[in-house]
Amino acid sequence: MALITTTKGEMDDSLLEKREGSVDNDNELTRWVEYWLDGELVHRSVHVHLKKNVLADGVAAMIG
Amino acid sequence: MANTQAMCTSFKTELLTATHNFGTAPTRGTGTADTFYGALYLASATLNASTTAYTATGEVSGPGYSAGGIAVTNATPPTSSGTTAYWTPSASLVYTGVTLTTAFDTVLIYNQTQSNKAVSVHTFGSQTITAGTFILTMPANTNTTALLRLA
Repeated sequence: MALITTTKGEMDDSLLEKREGSVDNDNELTRWVEYWLDGELVHRSVHVHLKKNVLADGVAAMIG
Repeated sequence: MANTQAMCTSFKTELLTATHNFGTAPTRGTGTADTFYGALYLASATLNASTTAYTATGEVSGPGYSAGGIAVTNATPPTSSGTTAYWTPSASLVYTGVTLTTAFDTVLIYNQTQSNKAVSVHTFGSQTITAGTFILTMPANTNTTALLRLA
């Protein structure tokens, strides 16, 4: 039993339907969790783990 | 022995610490690191390599989110390995207790200390948050995976 922050305030998770999912691709690993109450989304949290970066390649050409 | 044309790796690292200044500005009066922020943007926004500074246009809005985003934890100074200089925020960006109902897919890292000048744009799959937390975890801080790399 745990309390979940929802659009209706703190609620016991036993009263809610929990849905989870994830996406894993070259750019990110993303996990999300949702809690629903009588067909209404009352909580959604997301954790995105970035895999890609931005690269300044050939800096010499930019400056020289 | 032979000479080899190259940009010095130490110089790349020093670019990340503003050691060199080929222009006339900015003037730096302190030896402390600047403060960087991460702001979230709607999937409908148009941030890209041409973005020069933080803008409120296209930024997310909603309960729990403050315009401008949140400060980036910067406890690890830039470094280099091989011929690549690199830097990564030293902690995840955590937007706690927010509701962002319009899809967003981008974070802009910008330098609040230097007139909100843009640093980098990073995209991810579109998300919404409902009375929850959005966590953006950075890639490992190595010369091949760091968030910012000068190769």
